[in-house]
Amino acid sequence: MDELKLYTYISVFGTFAIYFAIAWWARASSTSDFYVAGGGITPIQNGMAIGADWMSAASFISMAGLIAFLGYGGSVFLMGWTGGYVLLAMLLAPYMRKHGKFTVPEFIFDRYYSKTARIVAVVCLILASLTYIIGQMKGVGVAFSRFLEVDYGLGLAIGMVVVWFYAVLGGMKGITYTQIAQYVVMIFAYTIPAVFISFQLTGNPIPQLGLGSTLADGSGVFLLDKLDQVVTELGFKEYTTDNMNGSLDMFAYTMSLMIGTAGLPHVIMRFFTVPSAKAARSSAGYALVFISLLYTVAPAVGAMARLNLMSTIEPTAGQYLEYSERPQWFKDWEKTGLLEFEDKNGDGKIQYSADKATNEMVKVDNDIMVLANPAIANLPNWVIALVAAGGLAAALSTAAGLLLAISSSISHDLMKGVLTPNLSEKNELLTGRIVMTLAVLVSGYLGLNPPGFAAGTVALAFGLAASSMFPALMMGIFSKTMSGTAAIAGMCSGIGVTMLYVFQHKGIMFIPGTDFLGDMGANWFFGISPNAFGVVGALVNFGVAFVVLQFTGPAPKHVQDLVDNMRKPGGTSAVSGH
Amino acid sequence: MEKKTTYWQENLRLIAICLVIWFIISFGFGLLLVEPLNEFRLGGYKLGFWFAQQGSIYTFVGLIFWYSHKMNKLDKKYESEDGS
Repeated sequence: MDELKLYTYISVFGTFAIYFAIAWWARASSTSDFYVAGGGITPIQNGMAIGADWMSAASFISMAGLIAFLGYGGSVFLMGWTGGYVLLAMLLAPYMRKHGKFTVPEFIFDRYYSKTARIVAVVCLILASLTYIIGQMKGVGVAFSRFLEVDYGLGLAIGMVVVWFYAVLGGMKGITYTQIAQYVVMIFAYTIPAVFISFQLTGNPIPQLGLGSTLADGSGVFLLDKLDQVVTELGFKEYTTDNMNGSLDMFAYTMSLMIGTAGLPHVIMRFFTVPSAKAARSSAGYALVFISLLYTVAPAVGAMARLNLMSTIEPTAGQYLEYSERPQWFKDWEKTGLLEFEDKNGDGKIQYSADKATNEMVKVDNDIMVLANPAIANLPNWVIALVAAGGLAAALSTAAGLLLAISSSISHDLMKGVLTPNLSEKNELLTGRIVMTLAVLVSGYLGLNPPGFAAGTVALAFGLAASSMFPALMMGIFSKTMSGTAAIAGMCSGIGVTMLYVFQHKGIMFIPGTDFLGDMGANWFFGISPNAFGVVGALVNFGVAFVVLQFTGPAPKHVQDLVDNMRKPGGTSAVSGH
Repeated sequence: MEKKTTYWQENLRLIAICLVIWFIISFGFGLLLVEPLNEFRLGGYKLGFWFAQQGSIYTFVGLIFWYSHKMNKLDKKYESEDGS
């Protein structure tokens, strides 16, 4: 076994041992422990746990790679996935915590006094969470197969056992404390390589400053200017101004991601674990501090990885690398099929350009940028090994949060709330654990046999959350008279419009060939891409709800009093499911 | 009853201030006004690009803490008047 592999085994299984130990120490004994960690988590602890819960395999592995190739256009992810926390802290979290229940559908039920509304919310939650979890399971399988050279299926199975163990045993309590550990692993794994690379390239070890500094090669040229120059010479759009599908699309995309973030139930649930409405507000702040540690480093990782990739292939202007002299990491990633070279003009050199006819780097997958980055920069083996543990921490922590959201919505909302109201606490806990086990199996199966629409799923999850949950929750707090009928009508039409738009351009359930308008700019509504459509769905939701409200009359008095109570100061009472 | 409306109204005012700043910094400086702002520089960063990839995130963090701080004060003010 070579040194790198040994280090990787140590870091991956060492962190797993820590997660197991924490899970054993923090096992759940009541439904309150299981759903909301007993409600006694401090804001800083909760902030870290939210950070790990929120930052998934997509944030850790894919985002910097996306930014590397989108340049300025990648800003939609940076702003969209952080700006949502401002909305959460001010518009949703404190009031929902003040109301003091276990789950998001339960809040919907109390506020809209309707079992139908609760079931609609459960369905939205399960759709959004299951689509999201497929991506995490794929991330676990990929990390294992690439770093430990274990079979993809076996890697997935190991990941399932780990997450099953601590999520089922510990519920929200076990998940919270493991997420704190996973956050620490993840942030070190992400920032240490970035610090090394930033120091190598610019002499400044702080990546956020390095990105705005001059290169350390003595030329005195700013890193971003150099990058702009290198990419435009090869015919790509300028890195710092490339705006994807135009400003309006970027605007809609950013807004959709923001309100989608604020409407994702597995994130909202984390705010029920703190002792008060006041703690809910500050934990949103701490969460964003911990998240921005990674999110402000990501643009530096992206830009520097792109520059390193470019200068490996084209060491000096016009002089391309001989294919036979390609570095080891290039060969390693070719094996995975994520990096492909085709010698079109037969000169044995690697020509890389924006022109599809002459470009010989046929495939450079976004996802390899973070994973291959330390190797491209020739960093020591222990740093590369750390990245594997970090990617797994990111995927596992998010999967656990999603599993809990799914199992609580079934055991607490569907079983206890609608089907079998007489369920005892002990049996509800047991049901929760059984449902979670089933959810682990289903998501593992989906990770092993990803449905055809897997690539579009994260966009769909955000679209669903943005167009259904966020408007319903916000109106429930900010409009005293909003009625159940109106809110249900709003949720259904918001989701309906969004799904219709996504399906008509991407195919029904993303099956190729079933799209009836084609996935091209000319047919997009005001040039808004399907991924960015959640905000339009949300507007439809608000609009329909207010129109229906005019015809059906306001919410009853006792519900209006409930809203009044949410708006009062205080909110330190314990969370309960009754 | 009078007092409760005021707590809520003061809260709404704070939210409005925060969301205006939230919008101007991210959607305004980071997206809509990015081209004119890119004429200015912050070290190696074009200013509009910096707002989109760095500045907006720092602003979001600041906004949440400022709002929390203000709300804690508001909570104290109204809770003590209620005598609870």
